[in-house]
Amino acid sequence: MRIVAKGLTYTYSAKSPFASRALNGVDLTVEEGEFFGIIGHTGSGKSTFVQHLNALIRLTDGSLKVGEYDLADKKCNFVELRSKVGMVFQYPEYQLFAETVEKDVAFGLKNFRKEMKQEERDAAVKEAIETVGLDYARVKDKSPFELSGGQKRRAAIAGVIVTKPEILILDEPAAGLDPLGKKELMELLHSIHGGWCKTIVIVSHDMDEIAENCTRAAVFSEGKVVMEGPPAQLFRHTEELLSLGLDVPVTAKCALLLKERGIELETDFTCDDFAHKVLALWKAEGGIQNDQ
Amino acid sequence: MEAVKFENVNFSYREDGRDLALRGVNLSIEEGQFVAVLGRNGSGKSTLAKLVNVLLTPLSGKVTVFGMDTSDEKMTFEIRKNAGMVFQNPDNQTVASIVEDDVAFGPENIGVPREEIGKRIEFALDAVGMQEFRQSTPTRLSGGQKQRVAIAGVLAIMPKIMILDESTAMLDPKGRREVMDVIKKLNKERGMTVILITHFMDEALQADRAVVMHRGEIVMDGAPEEIFARSDELEMYNLTLPRAAYICKVLQEAGMPVGNAFTAEELAEGICGSLRKD
Repeated sequence: MRIVAKGLTYTYSAKSPFASRALNGVDLTVEEGEFFGIIGHTGSGKSTFVQHLNALIRLTDGSLKVGEYDLADKKCNFVELRSKVGMVFQYPEYQLFAETVEKDVAFGLKNFRKEMKQEERDAAVKEAIETVGLDYARVKDKSPFELSGGQKRRAAIAGVIVTKPEILILDEPAAGLDPLGKKELMELLHSIHGGWCKTIVIVSHDMDEIAENCTRAAVFSEGKVVMEGPPAQLFRHTEELLSLGLDVPVTAKCALLLKERGIELETDFTCDDFAHKVLALWKAEGGIQNDQ
Repeated sequence: MEAVKFENVNFSYREDGRDLALRGVNLSIEEGQFVAVLGRNGSGKSTLAKLVNVLLTPLSGKVTVFGMDTSDEKMTFEIRKNAGMVFQNPDNQTVASIVEDDVAFGPENIGVPREEIGKRIEFALDAVGMQEFRQSTPTRLSGGQKQRVAIAGVLAIMPKIMILDESTAMLDPKGRREVMDVIKKLNKERGMTVILITHFMDEALQADRAVVMHRGEIVMDGAPEEIFARSDELEMYNLTLPRAAYICKVLQEAGMPVGNAFTAEELAEGICGSLRKD
């Protein structure tokens, strides 16, 4: 399913003294199969935008199509849409609520697939729990609150992917995890991407994460998309990003400093590629001999 | 003077004293030091922090704060006045609906006279740069602003030690910078002792000293630059290098003569130095 937004505009508390415009004409297309990143500082409209994608916020102005679903159409089957567009909120572990991990994960399924038989449902829950890397036998009867922080987050994600959404949206999925936990979470997302989950959209403040994982990314500012493209192109606009109050990957910052001193690097801004390109330059200057 | 001292401290969350969360911890922090505590989730960092301001007391061994024993119940109040703590989630630390009332909560509880409270609010909000939000509602502030109010709430008690338990984890990059700037200012200008628990390696670089915890033990202790130069050990404890340091290591291993770098600036400097051998 392809996501096409045109002129998406949204105002919170419209027609009240507290009215505030969150989206101001967003035009954005996310193709099926992408691992898409959304960047922008707090208040730029990122969350308002992604909440439109599965109609948690109903479209009021502009147009939005997710696959065949036309969200401007009042007769659109929103329940079906929501089972196909999974949403993992920030700190999803705060939304765990059931007595056991198994019941918590099964909740979405019970609501979205009422016709499903008990055995099928159990099998789907087991699969989801295993997909996120938890030991089904060990955790299924535990209270979700007995799990560690990283495990809780995985359990919460299992509760969303249990319906096998074609599009998975995650708001800051790795926030608050330790560095290894972050890496493992990203590996988990890559492992489901391309199977039943065709498209992944992540909102992130971590530019290195965007550079290392995304096929393309869009930069939000003041309710609009101001830049978009593959990270390798996007992060070449380091100065522009910094002027928007955003961070850039360490590699981009370093590349900018090198450029100011006349050294040009063509890199995709991942650490390994950056190091590789620097070494290539060094070798081209006869660096090996220098070392001897 | 020693602000915090751990002597052979063991701690367990279980009644039977098994599954030690801290084992044999020895640590001495001088007044005015800025110490970053690193380690994976579950390595004992938060336990360590909670033992300092008596949210927990040791199973065995001794924790002292400015010489006061945390196991002595008579000292609990006095220790907490000296060691303030800021937690991870700014929303869980707000107690009042107006910023200045929120900041006043601490001093009111320890019986500070009314006129003095006014002065302390003034001082605390000034220190975190939130004076103009004095009459605002905390829920309407940004994450970074809320966390600065939480810090002001702790400052109003005028502690000598500030413990921050992943207080920047939920903030966006701008919020993180705001909070880090306030912490550094308090440390440099007021000589506040700071214990900063963090997963962000770039924050640890700004400290005087970094302590790495692994499975309840302190396994590394030194200047941050020195710790990050020991990358193989860090890897053993499941920690990653700051990205600039990682790139630098890859370059060095390939034989390129660049000096140790931890930031983009240092890395650029190193690369320029070895590319331009004119």
